[in-house]
Amino acid sequence: MATPLLSVSSLTIGIRRKGQPDTVIVDSLSFDIQKGERFGIVGESGSGKSLTLRAIADLLPKGVEVLSGSIRYDGAELIGMPAAQRRKLMGPEIAMIFQEPMTALNPVVRVGEQIAEGPRRYLGLSKQAAAELAIEMMAKTGIPDPARRARAYPHELSGGLRQRIMIAMALSCGPKLLLCDEPTTALDVTVQHQVLRVLEELCADSGASLAFVTHDLAVVNQTCTDLAVMYAGHIVESGRVAEVFSDPRHPYTKGLLDSAPDFDQPDRELVSIPGFPPNLAARPSGCPFAPRCQFAVEACTTAMPPTDEVAPGHFAACFESARIFEGAAA
Amino acid sequence: MTETPVLRVANITKTYHLGSTLIDKLSRDPNKHSSLRALDGVDLRLNKGEILALVGESGSGKSTLAKILVGSSTATSGELDYHGNPMPTHRSKDASRRIQMVFQDPYSSLNPRISVGSMLKELLLLHKIVPRGEVKKESIRLLNLVGLEEDALDAYPSQFSGGQRQRIAIARALAVRPDILIADEPVSALDVSVQATILELFAQLQRDLGLSILFVAHNLAVVQHLSQRVAVMYLGRIVEVADTAELFSNPRHPYTRALIDSIPRMAAGSVNDEFVLEGDPPSPFNVPSGCRFNPRCPYATDACREIDPALATVAPGHESACIRADELNELAAAGTKNN
Ligand SMILES: Nc1ncnc2c1ncn2[C@@H]1O[C@H](COP(=O)(O)OP(=O)(O)OP(=O)(O)O)[C@@H](O)[C@H]1O
Ligand SMILES: Nc1ncnc2c1ncn2[C@@H]1O[C@H](COP(=O)(O)OP(=O)(O)OP(=O)(O)O)[C@@H](O)[C@H]1O
Ligand SMILES: [Mg+2]
Ligand SMILES: [Mg+2]
Repeated sequence: MATPLLSVSSLTIGIRRKGQPDTVIVDSLSFDIQKGERFGIVGESGSGKSLTLRAIADLLPKGVEVLSGSIRYDGAELIGMPAAQRRKLMGPEIAMIFQEPMTALNPVVRVGEQIAEGPRRYLGLSKQAAAELAIEMMAKTGIPDPARRARAYPHELSGGLRQRIMIAMALSCGPKLLLCDEPTTALDVTVQHQVLRVLEELCADSGASLAFVTHDLAVVNQTCTDLAVMYAGHIVESGRVAEVFSDPRHPYTKGLLDSAPDFDQPDRELVSIPGFPPNLAARPSGCPFAPRCQFAVEACTTAMPPTDEVAPGHFAACFESARIFEGAAA
Repeated sequence: MTETPVLRVANITKTYHLGSTLIDKLSRDPNKHSSLRALDGVDLRLNKGEILALVGESGSGKSTLAKILVGSSTATSGELDYHGNPMPTHRSKDASRRIQMVFQDPYSSLNPRISVGSMLKELLLLHKIVPRGEVKKESIRLLNLVGLEEDALDAYPSQFSGGQRQRIAIARALAVRPDILIADEPVSALDVSVQATILELFAQLQRDLGLSILFVAHNLAVVQHLSQRVAVMYLGRIVEVADTAELFSNPRHPYTRALIDSIPRMAAGSVNDEFVLEGDPPSPFNVPSGCRFNPRCPYATDACREIDPALATVAPGHESACIRADELNELAAAGTKNN
């Protein structure tokens, strides 16, 4: 296979504490994203999805850092790359759509100007040309009356309009890798449909890749080719979307599928996973899901299960996978 | 059916004025000074002990309506009744306690400088929910309800993930034991397992305590699962209201049909790849004349371009603002397109 566009290996993210052991939030994460691939990341709230994307974009919140591991973009190592050089990648190469638009937009600058900033700086467009591009990008994301809306301030926009401003901003420089953190949660389903189309086109036309974090499994089903399932800072399962959804091989993935509402099965009961995720400061030894897992055996509480290839291109980190899911695929 | 609703709005409008600098006002460019009618005559009732979902177009006025109900914004005109009486402009401490809101954007609704524990403590004491000695126990109980643990008490909002913050906002709203919960996209940032827990919590509070909930959401699978009734908004108006099962099986407004057709599906093969809602989305600065959905409607006729239809009863408990509501099923089956 060709060199992946993005290769994350043994990435560990956490908080360094003086005289105390580090708090590990994301624990030796590894995954690759190929050119043109649409890679979904789903999983537990608080499992480290946003921090993983932020680490790739070099935008970790204060106090949180990459403790070890490597992030290669198009063959170049990003960890340890001089800040100035790395900043040049943001915009034309890598762009990010943030989970909470209000925190990422400048409250006192008109949204059109905020979108135009990237194209002016990175594509060298004139003020006029960048302003026009901003309006074109806003129209692409389905914002009505974009010329007038370009003059609005973020607080004058609805949640979904703000989210589309972020998307327009991220698309404006034609990135090759788009990091999307729940990009469509505030959109009605008709607009969501349109925006997912735009993202798909970007991948199809310019060979861009997506890392797409969402909680909506049906959206993953519609948008992504591959997927990783995260729990407590680990990828517990990964593979082709259709295969993981139809033949899950980790009990956590199975639990997610059982708790997701499905419009086509209105009467199905939603079964949530009992218990709480592990406390980050006091991680259990062994599999992080073991305390909540109905299938756990003693081995699960003593060692971290290795990631096995359970079928070609389909990986799961569970000692008991074969026993639990044997015959389930038939 | 004629029981007094806990909240009722009639003919509510809300206008925002934009472009407020002097230079903008003097400008001849119409883009630089304008007003936007976010709500344009909205009627809605929330019955005691029901979960009513408010769905619809992004930017159609759902959050604006929610903020008016909870009192954090005032309507430009119209009536707002609380248990059958006009809501006073200045709500008493008790009235504001009884109607709580979970805001769409949890980050901006939580004070970044106050720890979760202090925030809950302040509320519990202010409204005398529990005696001082029981504040900590009650705070932990609230956190557990939303799937968080005691260690969250000492942390500040910025130290949480998006979904954790959303749950803190829910715990805060429930802390003061409201009768009415206005929840603006309260589960959109939660993983589906936590989401199932919160949906069960809402259903349980409704069942056991008679909590009435207005639930704003975009995820129609969630709406179908949780709510008894659904109201659909489009460009500042409610265009359809019905019981949940009826709305999804027998939609009587073309916009509702478009929504249902765009729902992302889990079942392989049911992905409707061909579907795109036609036409440009409408500008709230320049509302189309006649029915506001007509420029995008596959069934629009000349009458639709002239008549601005009001919500009308099309079946018991089912209202639609479409003059062709009775023909829609046949039109859809025949694949008729008039434009
Ligand atoms: N600034 C911070 N300081 C300390 N801890 C943090 C900070 N930001 C996040 N965390 C912790 O790191 C963990 C992972 O956070 P992250 O935002 O990556 O989760 P997530 O998977 O995106 O969750 P969600 O689905 O709820 O958005 C969480 O448990 C959170 O409490
Ligand atoms: N403070 C404000 N000043 C000016 N315009 C505003 C303000 N708040 C909202 N609006 C406008 O009012 C309209 C309705 O906004 P609202 O937030 O109620 O929509 P919504 O239905 O909640 O949308 P979403 O689903 O995207 O959250 C939008 O056009 C929005 O831009
Ligand atoms: Mg997140
Ligand atoms: Mg809103």
